[in-house]
Amino acid sequence: MYRYDQYDHQMLADRIAQFRDQTQRFLAGQLSDAEFLPLRLQNGLYVQRLAPMLRVAIPYGMLSSTQMRKLAFIADHFDKGYGHLTTRQNIQFNWPALADVPEILAHLAEVEMHAIQTSGNCIRNTTTDQFAGVAVDEVEDARAYCEIIRQWSTFHPEFAFLPRKFKIAVCGTQQDQAATQVHDIGLYLLKNENNEIGFRVLVGGGLGRTPVIGSEIKAFLPQEHLLSYLDAILRVYNREGRRDNKYKARIKILVKETGTSAFRDKVEKEWQLLKDGPLTLTNAELERCRAFFHDPDYKALPTQSSALENALSTDVLFASWYEQNTSAHKKPGYTIVTICVKKTGFAPGDLDSDQMRFIADLAERYSFGEMRITHTQNLVLADVEKNELYNLWQALKTRDLEADNLGLLSDMICCPGGDFCSLANAKSIPVAEAIQRRFSAQHLREIGQLSLNISGCMNACGHHHVGNIGILGVDKKGEEYFQISLGGSADHNAALGKIVGPSFSQDEVPDVIDKIVNVYQQHKTPGEKFINTYNRLGMEPFKEALYGNKSDDHTTD
Amino acid sequence: MTTRLIKSGTLVSDNWVLLGAATDRDAVATMHDRDVIVPLSFWLSEQDLISSRPSRTAVWLNSNETPEAIAGSLDKLALVALNFPEFKDGRPYSSARELRQRFGYTGEIRAIGDVLRDQLFFMRRCGFDAFALRDDQDIEIALTAFNDFTDAYQPAIDQPLPLFRRR
Repeated sequence: MYRYDQYDHQMLADRIAQFRDQTQRFLAGQLSDAEFLPLRLQNGLYVQRLAPMLRVAIPYGMLSSTQMRKLAFIADHFDKGYGHLTTRQNIQFNWPALADVPEILAHLAEVEMHAIQTSGNCIRNTTTDQFAGVAVDEVEDARAYCEIIRQWSTFHPEFAFLPRKFKIAVCGTQQDQAATQVHDIGLYLLKNENNEIGFRVLVGGGLGRTPVIGSEIKAFLPQEHLLSYLDAILRVYNREGRRDNKYKARIKILVKETGTSAFRDKVEKEWQLLKDGPLTLTNAELERCRAFFHDPDYKALPTQSSALENALSTDVLFASWYEQNTSAHKKPGYTIVTICVKKTGFAPGDLDSDQMRFIADLAERYSFGEMRITHTQNLVLADVEKNELYNLWQALKTRDLEADNLGLLSDMICCPGGDFCSLANAKSIPVAEAIQRRFSAQHLREIGQLSLNISGCMNACGHHHVGNIGILGVDKKGEEYFQISLGGSADHNAALGKIVGPSFSQDEVPDVIDKIVNVYQQHKTPGEKFINTYNRLGMEPFKEALYGNKSDDHTTD
Repeated sequence: MTTRLIKSGTLVSDNWVLLGAATDRDAVATMHDRDVIVPLSFWLSEQDLISSRPSRTAVWLNSNETPEAIAGSLDKLALVALNFPEFKDGRPYSSARELRQRFGYTGEIRAIGDVLRDQLFFMRRCGFDAFALRDDQDIEIALTAFNDFTDAYQPAIDQPLPLFRRR
């Protein structure tokens, strides 16, 4: 993991002093609401429906046991004992008091954490695939580049007041679990014919009101030019992005209105002024950052583990969890474990402080003291010996963390929704729970891989556009309704879902999902995933099942 | 009329007269013995009048106007002012850097408009060196802003090398 030096520590200390002063001036009435707003947002602080909400950055999802214990401490002392994992690999606290926030930030700084730029119209936390560094067939570990971007973007003086928020993802894995193509900038690591590392650069992807898949503006950007090229994109966006309408202010609208090719030309022109300047990455800096992400002290282990084989043959529940929640690791004898934080009856992505401490202990015992947060709101122990998997699973069971539904319909992405968020049109957590209760474990397993994403409003924090099934909360004459879309996907073959038809009431949603799943199960070929069946059949049979001839009775949204 | 201006880390009084967007020839004529800052449209259309003035003339750019528009006359300008219509408008930060980096401008770059204490540090990093604060701002508090951070990760006008080339 990256470790701070005196410069990084000083940067945080200065930031906390600055925010402490700003908060005091605000509380003393010397700073208006409007003037304090962007300052607090750039320290992760929202004012929400019930209380302020503090979003703490977990850079590219990497977290140590020490850091996790500090989050548990904050949950206990400044919140109601829990936190919520987000789709940007961050964690949110829903109940801190405004006046306590500088102190919380000081606690975070002790463990090299912060809430810088987790909100506001600035460059947000850079994300990556949660399997970075351990995935099989990885092109290159993205984390060093994420850290380089983190530092470049932190307190960037020119880009603190962009037209709108700005999200960057870097992906070096084959599978792409980072939803890279729906980011303002998506960077795919690749190697050219001379084995040199570079990036394929996509720009203008995004979700929200106007979902767009990013467009390629550079097929191969040599790695040393990463920061100067990002600077050039951001400068074009800062100058030309729309500021007249909040809903047209993201870079995706600028790219659309300018045209990809003309936008690329503007970036190139700007880049020529910056290229080969001081922002050019040095080998020393690349090596310095890579060194933080070198492999841990792996043991030389056989590929097979007899302890694992025995447990699999004697314990069907363990076997079921193993099948669903573990993934292949690049090192023989090791496995990647995903702890699914989506147990029915618990708000998706919520962890209480006991669970946090418990997972921190497990990470120390079984996975070199590190864990990762996923954009699907789960937790990863990336380096678990196969010999230890059964012990780990038994431990997880004691704290309600053994859910074996990873990647299944009930492993939903779900925003906090109207229970917490002041933007939401609808409550998303009760809908998630109603759907989870509708399907038995057996049934979920028969359905197989299916992503279901729920957003409480069109800001799309729950990534509903890229769920195989997407659910969007809408307001219909003051009532909460839910619009269903099908066919979305967030991986290398990213696709945006299409709306099936008129929206449904909350009570109808579990039935609706059931009907959609029935159509799939009737038509699927052996082993065919939901998304593939949908792509083969198209929308019609699903529409027919949901609306039959009655669709005229509904008003169209 | 003097402006409360922070320059080189101290409060100075300043005699440049800032003329609004609706400035016409008559207004400038009555100011013949004063140093004035005119809007870009006036600067572009009234060069004859400007070159005949006995006093100095500078120009201010609104946030949607770019330094390219005055690139040809920067060597004549002792001062370029960049206006923040509201403090959340981030475009003047890019304009200031372009003036310094791309056009090599070495005269004064003055922040005008909605100029508040909490944005001064970033403004200075981007090449602003004079700050005409909004009237209600407390000067003593504002002067502390330049010490908000000890160092920075990125290269900018105040520090041409990124931290990674210095650490």
